[in-house]
Amino acid sequence: MGKEDFDMGAIDIAWCPGCGDFAILNALKEALGELGKKPENTVIISGIGQAAKTPHYLKCNFFNGLHGRTLSPAMAVKASNPELDVVITTGDGDMYGEGGNHFLHAIRRNTNITVLICNNMVYGLTKGQASPTSEKGFKTPIQYKGVILEPFNPMSVAIALDASFVARANCGDLQQTKEIIKKAIQHKGFALVDIFQPCVVYNKVNTYPWFKQHTYNLDERYDPSDKKEAFMKALEMDKMPLGIIYLSREKKTFEENIGVYDRSNDPLFKRKHDIKKIMKMIDNKRLHAAQSEMGSLIG
Amino acid sequence: MAQNAAGNGNKKVFTDDVSLVISGAAGKGILTIINVLTKTLKQSGFHVFATNEYMSRIRGGTNSAEIRVSSKRVSAFINRIDILVPLDKGAIPHLKERITKDTVILGDKGQAAADIPMTDIPFGNIALDLGKSVFENVVAAGTLLGLFGIKPELLDEVLKGQFGSKGEEIVKKNIEAGRAGLEKGQALAKAGTVRIELIPDKNVANELFLNGTEALGIGAISGGCDFISSYPMSPATGVLTFIAQQSKEFDIVIDQAEDEIAAINAGLGAWYAGARAMVTTSGGGFALMTEGVSLSGMIETPIVIHIGQRPGPATGLPTRTEQGDLSFAVYSGHGDFPRIVLAPGTIKDATVLTHKAFNLADRFQIPVFILSDQFFLDSYTTCPDLEVEKLPVERFITKTAKDYKRYKLTSDGISPRGIPGYGEGLVCVDSDEHDETGHITESEAVRNAMMDKRLVKKAAAILKEAIPPQIIGSKDYSTIIVGWGSTHSAIAEAIENLGRKDVAFLYFTQVFPLQAGVADTIKKAKNMILVENNASGQFGKILQLATGMVPHHKILKSSGAPFTVEELVEDFRRLIK
Repeated sequence: MGKEDFDMGAIDIAWCPGCGDFAILNALKEALGELGKKPENTVIISGIGQAAKTPHYLKCNFFNGLHGRTLSPAMAVKASNPELDVVITTGDGDMYGEGGNHFLHAIRRNTNITVLICNNMVYGLTKGQASPTSEKGFKTPIQYKGVILEPFNPMSVAIALDASFVARANCGDLQQTKEIIKKAIQHKGFALVDIFQPCVVYNKVNTYPWFKQHTYNLDERYDPSDKKEAFMKALEMDKMPLGIIYLSREKKTFEENIGVYDRSNDPLFKRKHDIKKIMKMIDNKRLHAAQSEMGSLIG
Repeated sequence: MAQNAAGNGNKKVFTDDVSLVISGAAGKGILTIINVLTKTLKQSGFHVFATNEYMSRIRGGTNSAEIRVSSKRVSAFINRIDILVPLDKGAIPHLKERITKDTVILGDKGQAAADIPMTDIPFGNIALDLGKSVFENVVAAGTLLGLFGIKPELLDEVLKGQFGSKGEEIVKKNIEAGRAGLEKGQALAKAGTVRIELIPDKNVANELFLNGTEALGIGAISGGCDFISSYPMSPATGVLTFIAQQSKEFDIVIDQAEDEIAAINAGLGAWYAGARAMVTTSGGGFALMTEGVSLSGMIETPIVIHIGQRPGPATGLPTRTEQGDLSFAVYSGHGDFPRIVLAPGTIKDATVLTHKAFNLADRFQIPVFILSDQFFLDSYTTCPDLEVEKLPVERFITKTAKDYKRYKLTSDGISPRGIPGYGEGLVCVDSDEHDETGHITESEAVRNAMMDKRLVKKAAAILKEAIPPQIIGSKDYSTIIVGWGSTHSAIAEAIENLGRKDVAFLYFTQVFPLQAGVADTIKKAKNMILVENNASGQFGKILQLATGMVPHHKILKSSGAPFTVEELVEDFRRLIK
């Protein structure tokens, strides 16, 4: 049992040589393997972009859907079968750009899923345009004078929404990335890990050395349960903290809150509706005088 | 149904069908009146049909509800107003085009500020005598019920049901108000102002009374729906509300999504993981869902989509009705892939077809649409039974083996559908073109094989299963009237009123895809008349593509209102020589 369970063997991988995605793929496989997870019980949801190709490169069930739409199917898979381990692997464009609205509301739902964002601060697959996390002044063929928008700060937004687990890693540090991913998977609730990753072709600014120079590891004395302190950390820009930045107080997950698993833990596919209850529901529409429920006639 | 009010000054006798219209501002309590009226009348053994039209606002404006009370089953909207109860000064101007010299107007003359003759019944003062003006709606309901000779005890029971949650005192006062109204009504009947001589049928008391929204929701649940994700939008929100209300009993996942894009992508995720999911929306919301329709086509993951149509383009008329999104549903989503579009026109069809939509989606792994509209969703009618116990719930999930391939090429184009966590295999789906295992490919050979499987082979299997249209009326027709979905009730009643032996109605509940053989049924007629509640005859174009048949005449309406029986009768008379 381990990383090798998830290995695909000799396969053709579409990433560029030196891409940070290789490191993240390795970290993910090791994390899953070390946690004793099984490919047939793991579902990886991804969108569009280079990072979104990740599930093709490890053994797992996967739903490689549309651009920006990872969070909705991930919620649905977990809510339909909470026994599955659900992990999202996608990029900064997919999650923070195209999927931005879903990002806000998925945090509010607090589905028990792990969200890994490979953040390279550029659009790779469409050949080098600005991403929501590109720094101001970053030049591209479209933003030829440099990016004029403020960069999106996923850490501070997630903390503001009281995401239950907010972390940041740098794929240049494989060991640390793996450990954070493991903790995110083990965490009950919505776990966000933003992973710094260079794009060796389209981002000549935010390189492996740049990320090393502009980050530091949170030390063991840091208390991620202190929300104010977490905000302060999330706002540090010159040197950005790596590690678990924020942990909310334990709260119920979406699957727990919907009540569907109060009476039974069976996933939905093992159930069927009771025909007697259906007949009773229909009989209520005979509207015998004593029944009060009629629904609304006027909208 | 023939006009049966014998005009005699202000004295009317109704023997088999009477239409009551109540009108006033939103927030005036029309809802209470309608609930009390319909429930009591139906329990007394009368067939009841109720529909309403309302403005897109929470308070004010002018709304109206039409209640048809009949000795036989009715479910169509009629223009005729036999008895009008105006609740405020906006009501009579709002309905002036439908008021004739035969319309009996009953009500509080002061409040209605009527400039035409009406029978003054001071609902407000009667209510004040009982302590509060809020009881005036129950006085009004009681008055109308008095005309029908309703048993006071039955009204008492209905009022207990209606107001029971508000405490004994409120119940007692409402019962007094109801009884005071009944006396007024009985007095009017005795004086001969209005005489209603409908014969009740005690079997009706045990029938169902429900609207399109509820019938659709019931069909979804009986079809195994255990997941719904949607964003509220009139007129389709009711289905989400209905299923949410039932979710506790049936353990259904309810997700009010942040937008329609999220809703349909969640629906697909749910089916992928073994649930049976649906989304409900209207045209504008569906516009956001189209990427998900295409995704369903590509990853061959089922989805059931309810579109409660309202007039567009854009925001259009938010609370009005139209059959304007058929073309959109049929052509939505980029790329080529098969789909099925169903459109119920009766309450029972709403249940049966929605139930069936889940089976079809699961079997063919495609998007299946239910098209309804505001008129259909908001209209109530009596129905003997839905017979859901006769409807099978067909599930097609397969347990996966180690070497499972999600997109295995098969002779009928249908690859056995596994789900994650059920078996030893891996279930891999991709929005990119993919090989049999679900992995990305750009191989032309694989692409061709997948298009052949997904589109050509499956479309043929789907077409073979198409629900044929139903012929209503004469079997020996020379004129055929073509309609679909919610126009069913008005067309059926209109041809009955027409009373001609050479006219039939071809009622379509599956509007896409159509079997070419439908042409044979149409060719038997010399004259084809297309009836659609939209501006361009959208179904006519689909019919022409499938059969080559072109209607001789089109009756189209896109004003935001449903067809009335009377206008169809008039049009048919003009177009059928």
